[in-house]
Amino acid sequence: MTDQAYNFAYLDEQTKRMIRRALLKALAIPGYQVPFASREMPMPYGWGTGGVQVTAACLTPEDRLKVIDQGADDTTNAVSIRRFFQRTAGVETTERTTDATVIQTRHRIPEQPLAEGQILVYQVPIPEPLRFLEPRETETRKMHELEEYGLMHVKLYEDIARHGEIATAYAYPVRVEGRYVMDPSPIPKFDNPKLAGNPAIQLFGAGREARIHAVPPYSDVVSLDFEDHPFAASKADHECDLCGSAGSYLDEVITDDRGTRMFVCSDTDFCASRQAQGHRGRLSPQGATP
Amino acid sequence: MYVAVKGGERAIDAAHAWLAEERRGDPSVPELTVAQIREQMALAVNRVMAEGSLYDPDLAALAIKQARGDLIEAVFLIRAYRTTLPRFGASRPVDTAAMAVDRRVSATFKDLPGGQVLGPTFDYTHRLLDFALAAEGTPQPAPMAPAPDEPVPHVTGLLDRDGLIEQQPADDTPAPDLTRQPLELPASRALRLQALARADEGFTLSLAYSTQRGYGRTHAFVGELRIGRVAVEVELPELGFAVEIGEVELTECDTVNQFKGSKSEPPQFTRGYGLVMGQSERKAISMSLVDRALRWQELGEDFTGAPAQDEEFVLSHCDNIQATGFLEHIKLPHYVDFQAELELVRRMRREAVQMQEAAE
Repeated sequence: MTDQAYNFAYLDEQTKRMIRRALLKALAIPGYQVPFASREMPMPYGWGTGGVQVTAACLTPEDRLKVIDQGADDTTNAVSIRRFFQRTAGVETTERTTDATVIQTRHRIPEQPLAEGQILVYQVPIPEPLRFLEPRETETRKMHELEEYGLMHVKLYEDIARHGEIATAYAYPVRVEGRYVMDPSPIPKFDNPKLAGNPAIQLFGAGREARIHAVPPYSDVVSLDFEDHPFAASKADHECDLCGSAGSYLDEVITDDRGTRMFVCSDTDFCASRQAQGHRGRLSPQGATP
Repeated sequence: MYVAVKGGERAIDAAHAWLAEERRGDPSVPELTVAQIREQMALAVNRVMAEGSLYDPDLAALAIKQARGDLIEAVFLIRAYRTTLPRFGASRPVDTAAMAVDRRVSATFKDLPGGQVLGPTFDYTHRLLDFALAAEGTPQPAPMAPAPDEPVPHVTGLLDRDGLIEQQPADDTPAPDLTRQPLELPASRALRLQALARADEGFTLSLAYSTQRGYGRTHAFVGELRIGRVAVEVELPELGFAVEIGEVELTECDTVNQFKGSKSEPPQFTRGYGLVMGQSERKAISMSLVDRALRWQELGEDFTGAPAQDEEFVLSHCDNIQATGFLEHIKLPHYVDFQAELELVRRMRREAVQMQEAAE
């Protein structure tokens, strides 16, 4: 049921063209934050307006859209955004990572490796990796221009000096193609290795901050670290209690008031696909796979 | 046994249905009409038009009804609707000197050409709850005077004639458009004013107040505050002249501020400016104080570190739709990030405990 009162995918064609120009520029300068004339969208700032605008600019009527939040298709905000595009663009939607041509995500990269021809659109709250070291945009832009990333390394070093390791668990900064330091949006650092060499196009939209950045396919993306303190992707040291996966990112769920916990894949499509293939976890009704 | 958090879709539908019921309230109480809101909640309608950047009292009233009286939510509805409107062109600059004033007061001159016109103001009402209003009734008709036919020139113009206030040469460069270009810093004064015109009234008020209390003090006098209707004219290329397409109500405030002079300039007054859609004088006065405080660099004053002087701070945080959206987004699930933090804190605690035990 496409809403005829609005243009395809809500935004007018001129606006989409403006966003596409910004996207092309962002792809041409990997990791660089391109200012764009972000529009007011019918959902609040901070709820994915940047991602929604990027998705709107990318969608064609033939696309199949998947929307996830925290890795899951059924979280309320993912449902809301998926419905928005069903209503305004009438595109087909899917929960299967492999079937989607455009995937809008908040806070995760799907477990299923992406392929050429797919577009992964990230919702970005604060695109500037240096923001919490320097609150002024005028300063941070200068720091990027001059490739002046010393402050970031000092911060990471201070973490090690104080805590014995880099105390950043998500939105872990990366360097793209040896040039720009980029915030990968608040994905857990577990997902950082998937940013590199990915065959899909990765687009990052920050609506409130009016910035777009991008990682083209097969780009070199390196998580910042030190030789003697190499980057390590980490996750809960458990297996999924529903599908038995040992290699996927897990959510911790408290199941009673005595603090009993279980761990389940945050990527619902990945978990469901594994269960459909017969994989079992500790708490599956049929018990663990032998 | 854990049941995956399914049913987001059903929950959303149910929540929306409940919201619609709550919005309506007790069905035995008659429903508000949009026209009632437009006519009787006019100042709320004005605020929604100003901060929503769309002059349409009916839509603003509808937004207030839909938002259950939450004005920021109503502004949001208007902004989101505004995004979808095609833009046909730009009007000529409105001539506020030719405004048909309902209200015009100057705090700097006892009397002046055009006179002081109090207009419909709360200023000298005693803030005593009027219990008679709880019952319905038609107020006594206000006394009428014939509309004055003398012009109402700007006070700053009168000061300008004597060279007492800074020159403000006319500038025909098109103003930048915040809704079509990303905000770039440093911003021109025109861009700052545009951002302030749609800025949150509360934020602007507090910033202006802070300058009065010494955080970027500018010694402002209200040279003039005027409220009234101005004609909106559009130039039609086919005709070669401007045609009036309607009227809008505006509130304009000129503040006159002390300036001690510099090496190149003799002492004279300087200006702060506020212009807001609708009748919204608290906002217009606040805006002109903040505008003046932001001009410290241009006027060769010191940056004292006051928030109201800090262009990047003010412009990045004055928009309530951006602010409320980002603030409220922390209600959204953050399981994944929190899980990552949980692992980190557990690991660091484990290591700290081990180190402690090793030391003992």
